[in-house]
Amino acid sequence: MAITQARARALLLTPAGLWYAALLLFPLAVVLIFSFGERNPIGGYAPGFTLEQYANLPARFAAFRNTLTLAPLGTVAALLIAYPLAYYLAIKVSVRWKTTLLILVIVPFWTSILIRSYAWIYLLGGNGIPALLEAFGLGELRLINTPFAVLVGIVYGYLPLMVFPIYVALEKLDKSLLEAASDLGAPPWRSFLQITLPMSMPGVMTGSMLVFILLTGEFLIPAILGGGKVFFVGNALVDLFLQSRNWAFGSAVAVALIVIMLIVVALYTRAVRRFGVRRDDVGLM
Amino acid sequence: MRFYAVAVYGFLYLPIAIIALFSFSAGRSASSMDGFSTGWYVRALSNPFVMEALWTSLKVAFFSAVLATVSGTMAALALTGMKGRLRAIFDVLVMIAVMIPGVVIGIAALIALATAFSAINPWLEVVLGRQLSMGLGTLIGLHGMFTMSLVVLLVRGRLETFDRAQIEASNDLGASPLGTFLQVTLPQIAPAILAGFLLAFTFSFDDFIMAFFVAGSETTLPIYIFSSIRRGVTPEINAIGTMVMVASLTLLIIAQILLRTGTLRAKG
Repeated sequence: MAITQARARALLLTPAGLWYAALLLFPLAVVLIFSFGERNPIGGYAPGFTLEQYANLPARFAAFRNTLTLAPLGTVAALLIAYPLAYYLAIKVSVRWKTTLLILVIVPFWTSILIRSYAWIYLLGGNGIPALLEAFGLGELRLINTPFAVLVGIVYGYLPLMVFPIYVALEKLDKSLLEAASDLGAPPWRSFLQITLPMSMPGVMTGSMLVFILLTGEFLIPAILGGGKVFFVGNALVDLFLQSRNWAFGSAVAVALIVIMLIVVALYTRAVRRFGVRRDDVGLM
Repeated sequence: MRFYAVAVYGFLYLPIAIIALFSFSAGRSASSMDGFSTGWYVRALSNPFVMEALWTSLKVAFFSAVLATVSGTMAALALTGMKGRLRAIFDVLVMIAVMIPGVVIGIAALIALATAFSAINPWLEVVLGRQLSMGLGTLIGLHGMFTMSLVVLLVRGRLETFDRAQIEASNDLGASPLGTFLQVTLPQIAPAILAGFLLAFTFSFDDFIMAFFVAGSETTLPIYIFSSIRRGVTPEINAIGTMVMVASLTLLIIAQILLRTGTLRAKG
């Protein structure tokens, strides 16, 4: 019985295993191998073993700088916008409206990010917000194809992903704790800082990590709203592989991007462990 | 607080509303509203390039979603209740597939497949008289690999919440493993499987970045939209975008309803 069950499991896993092997592990292995190779003069890859490509990474410094400033900035902005909304949905809204309002948050996230992003070309372009500001006499302002446009685009694109984990964490919050705090004379800000905020930390961490990870790999939003002036690592990759056809260097850039993401995930796991303990403290009170 | 919520909802919906509104403009300009007309919809639907891209997208989305749903469900069935090294390996694979950015997956697949193809093509040419190239096959393969991971997560989540005692009871009452699967397990995970299929279909239908690299000479609808935007937004693109949004929303709302009824039945 045990043997047949093991065999059945192996059989059931075979298609998925082969699929991952062919289109996930093999491609990632190729990227890793190519990153130690050399550039073929006619474009593509020439075998070799050198750290030259990694030494050359500073050549794409601007892409890494843009990604590593706009991704954290976008994450923080999304967090600041999402938190009050999640709080409102979890604690203030009546049960009757909760589901509808939650669905309304996620609906935009379900529609094509490509279409939602290009909508901002209207809003930030010459006839959009800048024209409005000018009409009010606030002077000329160029928004499209600036870092600001990309920031708006990424916050807009990933906001729903930040709202949900925070909402889930706040929803679990035992409201009698808040009542007890107020009965014992704690002002609202104090019970927020000492109960609500620490209890919602797991949601904040999860949402921030999700958004940050997705932002570091972003290509589409900078391509559409940055007009080739504000580029992320993802845009540099596209340029390296499709335009300059420098596969070895492109592979090194891709490996560097993955390493950055792994570091973030590792930090997140550590932080969750820390906040996990903190959460138990609150429970013990 | 309520004003704040209204403002955030406005932020979320304004861009979508603008595209939908401008798609009904009668004028040629994409950035102003001159009268009301459904002319751009008619025009988009009679544009042979749009229809061809739509057809490609539908084919890729359908076949990748079918393959992803079948192999993802199989994997989820095997992984539930499983321990040991193999389980750990698959957990990591699913996580990698979901987490690595689409742009990296697309590029990695492009250079790996291009290298593999150029290695085997001379042999294939001799043996079969045919060659491998990027196109529908690679699009379906790459989308399916990614969406299979989503199916695994959804179906496994569903399997983990359902009562194992039912399977044991069915076995004790003398049902064959297949009988138990068909009569006990499958009816309960069916909503999650169908939801997984719809999610996979929508993802593939909406995806630009992975498709961009492995599409070869094929053009999917998102690739068509992206290259059109680069030349400038037109009311026709707004009409296409509105239709795409309505289509994927409809599918995903059905998926949500399926997941929800599945959960309710499990609790009840």
